[in-house]
Amino acid sequence: MKIFSTDHKTIAKQYLTLGLFWAIVGGLTSYLIRWQVAYPDTEAPGWGFIAPDFYNMLVTMHGTIMVFFVAMPILLATFGNFLIPLMIGARDMAFPRLNRLSVWVFALASLVLLLSFFVPGGAASAGWTGYPPLSANATYTGVNWGLNLWLVALALEFVSFLMGGINFLTTTINLRAPGMTFFRLPLIVWMQITAAVLFMLSVGPLIAGAVMLLLDRVAGTTFYLPEGGGEPLLWQHLFWFFGHPEVYVIFLPGLGIVLEIMPVFSRKPIFGYRPIIYSTIAAGMLSFVVWAHHQFLSGMDPRLAMPFSITTILISVPFALIVFAMIATLWRASISFSTPMLFAIGTLSIFIIGGLTGIFNGSAPVDIYIHGTYFVVAHFHFTLFSATFFAGFAGITYWFPKMFGRMMNETLGKIHFWLTLIFFNAVFIPMHFVGLGGMMRRIANPMQYEFLQPLQPTNVFITLAAVLLIVGQIPFVVNFFWSLFRGRVAERNPWQANTLEWSAGSPPPHGNFERVPVVYRSPYEYSSPEVVEDWLPQDRPPEPSTAARQ
Amino acid sequence: MLNWFPENVSSFGGDIDSLFYLILYITGAWFLLTEGLILFFLVRYRRREGRRVTYYHGNNLKQAAWILIPGLIVLLLDLWVDFRGAEVWAKIKGHMPASDLRIQVTGKQFNWEIVYPGPDGKLGTADDLQMDNELHIPAGKVVRVVLKSKDVIHSFFLPNLRFKQDAVPGREIEAWFQATKPGRFEMPCSELCGFGHSGMGGQLFVHTPEEYEKWVREHWPEK
Amino acid sequence: MATRTETLTSTGIPSGKVGVWWFLASEITVFGGLIACYIVVRLGSGGWGEATTHLNFSLALANTFVLLTSSLTMVLAFAGVQDGSPKGLRISLLLTILLGLIFLAIKAFEYAGEIREGFTPAAGIFWSFYYGMTGLHALHVLAGVAVNSILLIEALGDILRPNEHRVELAGLYWHFVDIVWIFLFPLLYLT
Repeated sequence: MKIFSTDHKTIAKQYLTLGLFWAIVGGLTSYLIRWQVAYPDTEAPGWGFIAPDFYNMLVTMHGTIMVFFVAMPILLATFGNFLIPLMIGARDMAFPRLNRLSVWVFALASLVLLLSFFVPGGAASAGWTGYPPLSANATYTGVNWGLNLWLVALALEFVSFLMGGINFLTTTINLRAPGMTFFRLPLIVWMQITAAVLFMLSVGPLIAGAVMLLLDRVAGTTFYLPEGGGEPLLWQHLFWFFGHPEVYVIFLPGLGIVLEIMPVFSRKPIFGYRPIIYSTIAAGMLSFVVWAHHQFLSGMDPRLAMPFSITTILISVPFALIVFAMIATLWRASISFSTPMLFAIGTLSIFIIGGLTGIFNGSAPVDIYIHGTYFVVAHFHFTLFSATFFAGFAGITYWFPKMFGRMMNETLGKIHFWLTLIFFNAVFIPMHFVGLGGMMRRIANPMQYEFLQPLQPTNVFITLAAVLLIVGQIPFVVNFFWSLFRGRVAERNPWQANTLEWSAGSPPPHGNFERVPVVYRSPYEYSSPEVVEDWLPQDRPPEPSTAARQ
Repeated sequence: MLNWFPENVSSFGGDIDSLFYLILYITGAWFLLTEGLILFFLVRYRRREGRRVTYYHGNNLKQAAWILIPGLIVLLLDLWVDFRGAEVWAKIKGHMPASDLRIQVTGKQFNWEIVYPGPDGKLGTADDLQMDNELHIPAGKVVRVVLKSKDVIHSFFLPNLRFKQDAVPGREIEAWFQATKPGRFEMPCSELCGFGHSGMGGQLFVHTPEEYEKWVREHWPEK
Repeated sequence: MATRTETLTSTGIPSGKVGVWWFLASEITVFGGLIACYIVVRLGSGGWGEATTHLNFSLALANTFVLLTSSLTMVLAFAGVQDGSPKGLRISLLLTILLGLIFLAIKAFEYAGEIREGFTPAAGIFWSFYYGMTGLHALHVLAGVAVNSILLIEALGDILRPNEHRVELAGLYWHFVDIVWIFLFPLLYLT
């Protein structure tokens, strides 16, 4: 029975299923949010009126769902689980039964979060950031069990991903095939293990903090309540100490997907394999010392703003290097525009914009104005949406043949890409300007403020574009399900790619490889001068005449 | 872009806005360079019959220089932004100019409870006056506010003054601003504070010196 | 000498050990985070000296002795594995479990006394941290007792043989739990 399977490939698909389910729920929340903003206090078609506290719940759950129940299961758990053993030449993860347990725990977390929508008082409504005292005392929000269950669901999600992290790290360290040195690992594996390290070392303080918040809510403790000697800012530090590395936990695997796809459809090595790895490690380490850029105006000592501004702006350097490396990969390449490649390039282009707007946010004086406005919302949608959705679609369309043994439809894929690219930009580019106009986050009715009324036509435009963006996902849904059952049967290596997963069947059987592969070279030997073809798999034995050179 | 900001009537607003523009020009240049190169490469190096790929791995220092040197430029521009930012931050949040007008602003679901010190200039005395959601100040003078909260975290946001500061329960946070010209502006709350967060705000009245005198006389009549 | 199955590893370190070390690394950040909060909040406040006078120092000292001894018995259990002495293994595991249960019993007795005097978790910020930190720690002790009990049952049933390395891994976890207490004891009871 599939739900007892310990095969990493089955587990990956189960995470994908859960992630796509939550993406639909998350999409529904974004539709309702945008409808309310554009047409306040009117009935949203297909739903009805949206009350102010319901609106707060929508923005809260939208963020929670997208970060913890869409991005993480798809980018980390699906692609990490599916690809790591295959790409390192292993038969499965180091701890297959722990892996099985992690899906069950994640499924339980999903159930708890789903349940929280239906309890009296509704689901959590204190923002995905859950700042106390608003979140610490039920009387402030009117939400009681909803917030308690939210904390429990998050705790379970953290436990599930801690288990996954242990598996990813141990597997990569210990189960590599002969010849697979660390510097012959595909970049997505490097990204996954860096993300795992970041997650495992940053989530602990938030687990502590979440336990403290739950105790404040149900046991009468006062960790965050000033009337009991507690400190509201304590939560902010604990949350963001995790929160910032967390966005790189999400981004790095997405980046990894792009770094795998680009060389294949450029027929050229990824530029700067080693500089990319060193930059990633540097960015990972830096990510632990930027967190308080979320708190410049929180009441913390203003002298802290400068150090955190500096580290925040510096973190642009390693990412800039990686961006330049990706651009350099395209130079003098031979580029073909398959659906995966389109989405990969889309990820890069969108991420550049998101990274650049990060500079504005990271500068403390500018943040005085833009903190808490839609400029921030635009910034993080450019970075997170590119990582989660553009890279996610790139990965799904690229590895679909390997996962399901069939090809997806290219025409539908391209239509889906263009609709997504155009409408994503239509939604989120104007949002920067709405933010610069001063529109605050998390408000249900901009018309209540005179200075925001001139921005309303832009808000309406954004909402209409958002509806079209959601509708534009239909080709993907159709393509996905149609291809599952009726797609052209895929050969072993339809993309003529070098990494080890393409040496296994499509899909691979239990145990992945007929014989454990032996690795002879780096993953990106495309258009190598050593051979006539424009690709050279990692596990192809060297020609006898070149054997001496290996 | 110039139209998108609300009118700036703050003595330090210009510093914030010009820092914003510095960042805009720098990031704008990088945007054009990177996206332009991508577009150019996509067109120039698309797959064509007979085209040979240049095998260039970028893993040694000589080849990696193509990304390391631009990376260095990024670093230098970052440092420029940081140094300008440090100056502006020091000016705004790094010191508290003297003022004889100190007003208490307390956030409470879902109002700004504003307490004026009255003619004696001291908060907590008999001539204090509370008005909700209305802040009256004179133009051209430094105004200090003491931010407090009775329940959850709120954030006092004056868009036209480029002023924002969280109001945290259990703390008294001092901040300052100075309006350069009279007018009527808004002061929304910009931190989610409950079901009434949307709509929580009020009016900021910046008076000419004469109007301000008149307003003071109206509210604290001579004994 | 009993046969042992060994899986191929790229580093020569058994995978179970690598996994447990990563797990402990994340646990260090949980307790580290909580303890750091306690230190920072306490330094920033009045010092809470008054509150700590209501703690029972002698019971905590006894508990420290109990846990340290249990770490010793855990080491002896692993020695039993390495020396091929099933009896030594079983007795030492049993002692470790009993000492863990004694720790929990003393802790429960302590809590009962404090609650009777009115020092509940709601009694102020010090008590929030006291119950939060020692409670989370106690849950970890309970989990360790559970793991050790499973190993003991397997050892008694003579089915532990192929997996005896798990005693070492359980030992790593148990020592970690002990070390956390070594931090909590002075931070709560000695300051």
